[in-house]
Amino acid sequence: MTPPQRRRRFPKAGQEPEPPTPQEGKAQDPPEGPKKNPERLYVITGPDGAERSELDLVTLIVAHADPPPSATPEQAALLRLCTAPLSVAELSAYLSLPFSVVTVLLTELLTAELVTARAPVIRQALADRSLLEAVMHGLQRL
Amino acid sequence: MDFKGSDTIPGPRTEDHLPPTAEAAVKIVIVGGFGVGKTTMVGSVSEIKPLTTEETMTQAGIGVDDNYGSETKTATTVAMDFGRISITEQLVLYLFGTPGQERFWFLWNGLFEGALGAVVLVDTRRLEVSFDVMDRLEERGVPFVVAVNTFPDGPRHAIEDLRGALDLSADIPIVECDARRRASSRDVLMTLMRFLHSLAVEKAPV
Ligand SMILES: Nc1nc2c(ncn2[C@@H]2O[C@H](COP(=O)(O)OP(=O)(O)OP(=O)(O)O)[C@@H](O)[C@H]2O)c(=O)[nH]1
Ligand SMILES: [Mg+2]
Repeated sequence: MTPPQRRRRFPKAGQEPEPPTPQEGKAQDPPEGPKKNPERLYVITGPDGAERSELDLVTLIVAHADPPPSATPEQAALLRLCTAPLSVAELSAYLSLPFSVVTVLLTELLTAELVTARAPVIRQALADRSLLEAVMHGLQRL
Repeated sequence: MDFKGSDTIPGPRTEDHLPPTAEAAVKIVIVGGFGVGKTTMVGSVSEIKPLTTEETMTQAGIGVDDNYGSETKTATTVAMDFGRISITEQLVLYLFGTPGQERFWFLWNGLFEGALGAVVLVDTRRLEVSFDVMDRLEERGVPFVVAVNTFPDGPRHAIEDLRGALDLSADIPIVECDARRRASSRDVLMTLMRFLHSLAVEKAPV
């Protein structure tokens, strides 16, 4: 039986675009998307949802304060959930709230300095070999 | 908003807490059509019971395919399953399963940004779904491997026939798997990691 045939639109399958100026040992910015800068985690650029904050699904959130009396029920629930580190995705799942809503709540908590965010390791244009090796070792133990 | 009171929120079980030393996370995305085994694969390797994060899709004029008939909705909730594997005391790997059909691509913006790479889970009964997915990943520069899981009622193709049909160059790994088996799913992830490693070596030879 003959399978249906794909016509490839992008010639360089599985390859990232070449980094513009490869520098030995220096990490490059990701090829697309906003630059991940932990210092800008507090910024909300618009209520329309296009770019709420620098929070990723796998940013790890840790609470470092008990919910203040002024906290909304959602904020209090969030703070109670992340006494140990928890990803934004897990918070979204446990709270049954969409990712976009959770990022808004978290941005408020970040601004109030009630939580800290541990930025994810992102894929660099020059992939970090030792990171990949660490992941492989971890998978081998499964 | 349908928010449950904070007293009723089920949090992670004690054994599902990350250690306080956890400081960074990486992600891999598993993408494929309906019922291809995304949730099964996430679940078979995850150390936690797969969780679901939802996002609301509000665009009008969402494309329809044969799975949803002629129904066009203006607001739909899309669920993404994910699981977790602790790599070290500091590093955590998250696996996200996401549908491959074009109308769900709005989910991909935050998802693929910074992802290590992707596994395209291919259903030989509906090969076409993966065509657009692979175009899209290539366009975004997301490295991927292809995993074919074998369903009893699915047509069988030799790997090299599939490579031709999927128009994939020789360096892109294509592997068969049984998403229900942890060892098999783990091997798929290892194949992806080895591929990513080879790309890294290629770019920055020692
Ligand atoms: N034979 C076989 N069956 C599988 C395999 N992977 C998944 N299944 C079965 O296929 C069905 C669908 O699997 P799911 O993991 O729910 O698929 P999914 O991609 O998450 O589906 P949706 O989220 O509904 O799009 C289940 O009944 C699985 O047990 C496989 O590798 N081999
Ligand atoms: Mg599923």
